[in-house]
Amino acid sequence: MSEQNDFERRLRQARQKQGLEKAPNTAASGGLPGGPWRIGLRAGVEVVSALIAGAGLGWLLDWWLGSFPWLFLVFFVVGGAAGVLNVYRLFNPRSGAR
Amino acid sequence: MAAEGKTIDALSQFELHHAFGPIGAAVNFTQSNAHMLAAAVVIIGIMAWGIAPRAVVPGRLQSMAEMFYEFLENLVTGQVGHEGKRYFPFVFTLFMFVLFGNVIGLLPYAFTYTSHIAVTFTLAAIVFVVTTVVALVLHGKKFFGYFFPEGAPLWLAPIIVPVEVVSYLSRPISLSVRLFANMVAGHVLLKVFATFVVLLGGLGAVGPLVAVLPLGVNVLLIGFELLVAFLQAYVFAILASIYLHDAVHLH
Repeated sequence: MSEQNDFERRLRQARQKQGLEKAPNTAASGGLPGGPWRIGLRAGVEVVSALIAGAGLGWLLDWWLGSFPWLFLVFFVVGGAAGVLNVYRLFNPRSGAR
Repeated sequence: MAAEGKTIDALSQFELHHAFGPIGAAVNFTQSNAHMLAAAVVIIGIMAWGIAPRAVVPGRLQSMAEMFYEFLENLVTGQVGHEGKRYFPFVFTLFMFVLFGNVIGLLPYAFTYTSHIAVTFTLAAIVFVVTTVVALVLHGKKFFGYFFPEGAPLWLAPIIVPVEVVSYLSRPISLSVRLFANMVAGHVLLKVFATFVVLLGGLGAVGPLVAVLPLGVNVLLIGFELLVAFLQAYVFAILASIYLHDAVHLH
């Protein structure tokens, strides 16, 4: 009896794991490894890389349009905002599944 | 080499040299490329030899190959979902290449190719292009809705869209800088403490006694660097999967 139930349970688990059956709840919230230092470093990298991306994009647009400091300055600020957005996403991933 | 002229020279370990004598010099084949080749050979060797016996009860090598496979399979399906299985080979290749680059680089006289931003940024750029192409193929024009969240007031678009675009463009930079910075910092630390051992060891009678301290630190650091080598490969793979998740599900 119990052996039969046990087999059914394991079969169901295996089928869910392979995606053949819908799992009852979609948990699987895979975050990044924790630790205060690691999170801090990651947040710092996110901010700096967004700044680099923003400033680089602004500089490229300036180089293309020949309007040197202005777009660079605007996109530097945009990069800062994107950095804050990145850090926000780090702790609150986009809504929906996951 | 490190302690020449009683100075600490921690950065020369990252310089590129030609490998394989005149042939390597003729085609600009550096020791970095040689280590990439070595990593590829080791990875293919582990997988091919590990899987060859196809035993029900796996031996050591087969266990290792299966562990790598299952670890990455769980990671990809956990992050991307079951639609993500088709991207498993991509993430698996990335993970193994980064992991073996980090680990082989810890061997004495070896070179760490993941300590060059050119290498890590190329890998991150591949991830960026692949995720963008996947999103475009799966969702077509709807992909551009990614840069403007639904329900936001339209007059905010001039602010939100550039910020989202820059945030999206910053992904390969943060991905590559993280791996590169971790590898460079670890190897510089190792070199600095190794130089301390040599410098202190030459300080007369008490020197060798004091030099034991940085030697002990280096032993601990090697262990820590092994952890970092694995962790950074894991972070690279998991971020690639998260980006693939965003590309597949788009929200």
